[in-house]
Amino acid sequence: MATAEEVAKAVERRDVRDRWLLSAPALLVIFLAATGPLLIVLVYSFLTPGSYGDVKWQFSPEAWIAVFLERDIFDDTLSIAAAHVTIFLRSIKLSVVTTIATLVLGFPTAYFMATRSEKTRDLWLFLITIPFWTNLLIRTFAVLQIIRNEGIINTILLKLGIISAPIQILYTDTAILIGMAYVYLPLMVLPIYASMEKLDFRLVEAGYDLYASRFQVLRRIIFPLVKPGVIAGSILVFIPALGAYVTPSVLGGGKNMMLSNLIELQFGQGRNWPLGSALSIAVMIIVMVALLAYVRNAGKSGVRHG
Amino acid sequence: MPDKPDRNAIEVVNVSKIFGSGEGQVAALDTVSVSIRENEFFTLLGPSGCGKTTLLRLIAGFDFPTAGEILLYGQDIAPLPPFKRPVNTVFQSYALFPHMTVADNIGFGLEMLGKPKAEIKARVAEMLKLVKMEALAGRRTSQISGGQQQRVALARALAPQPKVLLLDEPLSALDYKLRKEMQIELKRLQHETGITFIFVTHDQEEALTMSDRIAVMSSGKILQVGSPWDIYDKPAERFVADFIGETNFLTAAISEIANGKARATLKSGATIEATVAQGFQPKPNATVVVRPEHAKLTKAKGELSGTVDNIVYFGTDTHVHVHLDSGELFTVRQQNTRSAGCGFEKGDAVGILIGSDAAQVLKD
Amino acid sequence: MAKNFSIKHQPGFTAIAATCFIVLYLPIIVLVIYAFNAASSTSEWGGFSLKWFQSAWQNTQVVDATLRSFQIGSIAAVLSTIFATMAALATTRTAPYPGLTFKYAAINQPLMVPEIVTGVALLIFFSRIKIFTGYSGIGYLVAAHTAFCIPFAYLPIRARLENMDLTLERAAADLYATPWKAFRRITLPLLWPGILAGLMLAFVISLDDVVITEFVKSGGQDTLPTYMLGQIRRGITPEINAISTAFLLLSVAIVTLFFFVSRKRD
Repeated sequence: MATAEEVAKAVERRDVRDRWLLSAPALLVIFLAATGPLLIVLVYSFLTPGSYGDVKWQFSPEAWIAVFLERDIFDDTLSIAAAHVTIFLRSIKLSVVTTIATLVLGFPTAYFMATRSEKTRDLWLFLITIPFWTNLLIRTFAVLQIIRNEGIINTILLKLGIISAPIQILYTDTAILIGMAYVYLPLMVLPIYASMEKLDFRLVEAGYDLYASRFQVLRRIIFPLVKPGVIAGSILVFIPALGAYVTPSVLGGGKNMMLSNLIELQFGQGRNWPLGSALSIAVMIIVMVALLAYVRNAGKSGVRHG
Repeated sequence: MPDKPDRNAIEVVNVSKIFGSGEGQVAALDTVSVSIRENEFFTLLGPSGCGKTTLLRLIAGFDFPTAGEILLYGQDIAPLPPFKRPVNTVFQSYALFPHMTVADNIGFGLEMLGKPKAEIKARVAEMLKLVKMEALAGRRTSQISGGQQQRVALARALAPQPKVLLLDEPLSALDYKLRKEMQIELKRLQHETGITFIFVTHDQEEALTMSDRIAVMSSGKILQVGSPWDIYDKPAERFVADFIGETNFLTAAISEIANGKARATLKSGATIEATVAQGFQPKPNATVVVRPEHAKLTKAKGELSGTVDNIVYFGTDTHVHVHLDSGELFTVRQQNTRSAGCGFEKGDAVGILIGSDAAQVLKD
Repeated sequence: MAKNFSIKHQPGFTAIAATCFIVLYLPIIVLVIYAFNAASSTSEWGGFSLKWFQSAWQNTQVVDATLRSFQIGSIAAVLSTIFATMAALATTRTAPYPGLTFKYAAINQPLMVPEIVTGVALLIFFSRIKIFTGYSGIGYLVAAHTAFCIPFAYLPIRARLENMDLTLERAAADLYATPWKAFRRITLPLLWPGILAGLMLAFVISLDDVVITEFVKSGGQDTLPTYMLGQIRRGITPEINAISTAFLLLSVAIVTLFFFVSRKRD
């Protein structure tokens, strides 16, 4: 008979093996239909565009050069591709502003929810969850109906005589911003709320006991303790905002492109798959940098919840 | 019962359990050997982290020992998974299945053993009666009180008639009164079922009142095994004396050892008789322990003398802390009576009388 | 009498929160109201009518797209939930083992990459396979949806598992239950609310997807959201409001169910 030690080792080995077998289907599907294809994108970004879309299997750094630079058709000189740079900057700017806007609105909302009584808290959570799981396209469409020239905002303002002609919001950067802030707000509120819900309000009492003002309590006690939630929320808003496709398509009207529209263009009319691939990888790099900053920050903040 | 030459239910032979590897290695158990007799109420007593729960888990099969054997009636069960061992556990958290009724919980083990339905039903009814829970058989386990959950956990573990019942600090979640009640209840159950109980606790009072024998553990080792009386009155080591009850430690020179008795010369110069373990050699500076209730205060001269430092009233008794002239501290416990006070005041010069059977010499 | 000092009060927070909730719901409410508009433009109110629901119901494109959405959603939800359940069992309640961190990263990878990038990647990958195999059915959409639904299904299942006391399974083993029996009788019944929550989440996520579907679909494979996107880009009729309203109703129903299932504690 095997000794207990041998059995223990065998049990452990079998456990790890079983755990690999159990996770194999999920890993395989994700590898085949998510992670693996990303590697192909990387390869494609170094190939030559085919005449009718797709690629020719010929190495070329042109796509990467074309991400930020433009080659003059006549004399081959390179200059900054103003159009691309503008779109990159606009995407990053809109994403950052969206993140800040949702934070400014979302933090007090999460605080409000977390300070309700145990029972009503669930109701508020439910109310914030419904838009969260409602189709993003439908919500964007709803915003579109509100802000367009014939929408209720303009109609009411016109009727009240505050304005004489409708304000053009739709198809502007402002429209995209309003739309993104609207659709991503729950993504900011939920993680902050999750941190806030675990906040021990006796610490707040202790703060007041030690002569802190309301603002000082907020800044020195509450905020540091829910910081992981704030960072998580910011990441959850920033990443999809940077790659947003639906909101700029619907509210930007195709004129005010964001990165996703630029990428889509390369696979459609642009017929430049390598450039589309290179742009995709560029977006991913920005996302990775943001994620790394998050991981480093989360590691440093020291306070952990759950 | 301890005198009866019983069979051993469990023999733990040179068992070690090491967690982690490399530098982070921790020996939770360090070559532990102990025999537990059939039908006894055996307690593993020690502070948290002493290895008592680890030993219990090894017997239950939730962990495998790094080295050594665990014999159940002579058969090595250490390599067996828990579901193949005829031992059952009462968990500290009770671990009642929340999605099942009280009766389903109690019948679970028998069901897993493939017993016929009728037999399970009868046995469950018997168990419900044993723990006085007949009325709540159909309740969900989340709908009953902590004390009731405790009874269900006991019934569930007893239902398959295990050869040994393991109890992992089962009373720690109960309040004081209920705990006292359950202590008596546990003794009764052990008596009625005749099953060997291995009980883990960090509560010395619980251990002393319930056990046939106690093993005192510290840092992964068993320091002393004996009856409650042995453990309390004849502690072999400083840790045991210190962990169980309150004790006065006195430095003494040991001489003239004969028939388990020795002469101990205290720092005060007085000589008292002390009990000594077999094989103890005379030593100029050994430690002698005296329980506070085995000494007496006097206004006259005693074996020791000093000044009253503090008097603490405990209801049933009063503790008088004395600063000895030798510089050592000594506590005397006096039984309170209704009419008289303790008879001493802070600052009084007092003598301490130590009876001929009161002192015990420690090994270390 | 002096008012009690409320330690939880912060000036202005309640006002901002109220604004947020109103702003979140107002556009949706307007959208729903206009679904019942008799006028054919969405800029004027022509009285109450169900005609746009009727017209949507009779629009074969809408019906087709809806059925396709349900078909893809249900297959992807079931598959991803099964896989996510297995993966959750493999990655929770254990001491760290080699590969555990890798698994976490791999399972959550679809959440870390913007949808547009995944969409592009799948477009490239699947177009190659389409040429290679000649198959161009909805299998690609099902595979893509299953992949990005796995991390969502995984979330509630893993959360539920981690809150489940391993002692219960130990107790079952102590009471002679083999590992399989302990799983069937203890783990699975207790995990069930988490699995249901995962299933519903996965279904909603699949139903909502626009971007990845837009890139992966072949001709004539519109799902309801991609069909709607096409319509919205072309111009708005109240029919879209009607479809949106029906869709909303479904989402709310599922979320409500999800909410109660995942909040259930026993």
